[in-house]
Amino acid sequence: MSLIRKTAAELGASIAAGEVSAVEVAQAHLDRMAEVEPKVKAFLHVDQETTLEQARAVDARLRAGERLGPLAGVPIAHKDIFATRDMPTTAASKILEGWRPPYDATVTARLREAGLVILGKTNLDEFAMGSSTENSAFHATHNPWDLTRIPGGSSGGSSAAVAAYEAPLSTGTDTGGSIRQPASVTGIVGMKPTYGGSSRYGLIAFASSLDTPGPFARNVLDAALLHEAFSGYDPMDSTSIDAPVPSVVEAARNPDVAGLRIGVVKEFAGDGYQPGVLARYHEAVQLLESLGAKVVEISCPSFTTALPAYYLIAPSECSSNLARFDAMRYGLRVGDDGTRSAEEVMALTRAAGFGPEVKRRIMLGTYALSSGYYDAYYGQAQKVRTVISREFEAAFQQVDVLVSPTTPTTAFPIGERADDPMAMYLADLCTIPSNLSGNAAMSVPCGLADEDGLPVGLQIMAPVLADDRCYRVGAAVEQALEARWGAGLLSKAPEL
Amino acid sequence: MSAITRDEVAHLARLSRLALTDDELDHYATQLDAIIESVAKVAEVAAEDVPPSSHALPLTNVFRADEVRQSLTPDQALAGAPAVEDDRFRVPRILGEEA
Repeated sequence: MSLIRKTAAELGASIAAGEVSAVEVAQAHLDRMAEVEPKVKAFLHVDQETTLEQARAVDARLRAGERLGPLAGVPIAHKDIFATRDMPTTAASKILEGWRPPYDATVTARLREAGLVILGKTNLDEFAMGSSTENSAFHATHNPWDLTRIPGGSSGGSSAAVAAYEAPLSTGTDTGGSIRQPASVTGIVGMKPTYGGSSRYGLIAFASSLDTPGPFARNVLDAALLHEAFSGYDPMDSTSIDAPVPSVVEAARNPDVAGLRIGVVKEFAGDGYQPGVLARYHEAVQLLESLGAKVVEISCPSFTTALPAYYLIAPSECSSNLARFDAMRYGLRVGDDGTRSAEEVMALTRAAGFGPEVKRRIMLGTYALSSGYYDAYYGQAQKVRTVISREFEAAFQQVDVLVSPTTPTTAFPIGERADDPMAMYLADLCTIPSNLSGNAAMSVPCGLADEDGLPVGLQIMAPVLADDRCYRVGAAVEQALEARWGAGLLSKAPEL
Repeated sequence: MSAITRDEVAHLARLSRLALTDDELDHYATQLDAIIESVAKVAEVAAEDVPPSSHALPLTNVFRADEVRQSLTPDQALAGAPAVEDDRFRVPRILGEEA
């Protein structure tokens, strides 16, 4: 089997055993990128020499007898919202075009310590605001299943790179579904860890109470290995949880759901959901039941209000966070001709440097936080957040995990929702509640919709710091479906 | 009745330090109106007695020891600056002409 088709776990084991070098593995993926990138366009920045240098360093460390983790030498695609000292970091925004951070994000540093080889920086919706990666200031990314369709967003470059076999692993960030929805529409595994379980230090901030780094992979075990490699307490992030990382790798290796109580979220089905998505979702629930899980229906009536609450909370935090882009200390500066004031230069720079969705959200957040509207909008949204967390707590008294479709439809055509923000926002309908309450949630592939032959994802939600339950259930679904299909879902994807 | 007027959007743009064109203001006024109308649904849910959550974690303040630690050098801190003068960020004038 060619190197690019192997799992991350297999590659790590082969490299550790000396059967193949990290350089050979990196080169195989760079060759694949050269072949398919013109079609997929998953990356914003690729530098072969920097990649090979990292791979050579890992080979040297291994030859010197250094004991590295199970992913040493395995290549990874890194979302371009994490600071990287040796590569540009742009958040897919013109305002940061060409910027090189003076430090590494904690996630980046931990990838390096574990010996992962960074292949490049992946495309995203500008500042992670979007569900299609069309909001990138540089270019759109194409879904490897159908190049005319979106790869999801905001982490669409990372999902497309893994689905297109350009990388076995990638990083993402999930603020309202930006890992789970792209994973769902590209037929791969994506995990949003418990908020505070993975560090935000060096992650360009969008909505700080929601932003959560997490892994993408083509299978559940690989996702768990990556989750374990970069998660855990970080004193540099004041909202980092000082607790051991849940035993996600062990859970991924023990896909046993016998006796597990699974709650089907009543509100996430019906009108607005694509029939093919619902069909695969219901089959996945039946599958879990046949594996010994106890399935019950759970009503969480306020979950349908999560979307409007999110579109007040996230823009409010964004309007504050993005105030740092002031044209003074780093990034773009426009119109500084010696006559204009700092304030005029700031306003010209921000108008030129931010794209339409970012401007919309900054103004929406400024509105929601302004005096006279604060109580009715931001204040009220914060109360909804409390109600949603209470509904999760009540649900987890009765069941071990909750399930739903990850997103109401399969990948939509590029351009279809680009001018209709409200239609775009609906892609995050099912994923947002877990961001508001901070609990763990995963998307795992559960088949192809009959109408269009495109991937469908099952969302598995678990309590705070019970991330391992997502991996246990995800691995059970994966194992049973692979037995039925004879291979993983991506084996059904067309050749690029 | 619209939830937000074009004049209000122009005011928001000024507060947000976004120098928008007239066409952009028209465009955003229409879109923001639709979005605000939709998100107003939050008023239907939470009752008076529900406390607000700003955050998912039950954290208050997190402190560390007040010790000098290594940080960026001046060269590193200035490396991405649009303009630099004498080891400092050079910025456009921040005071009015009469100052």
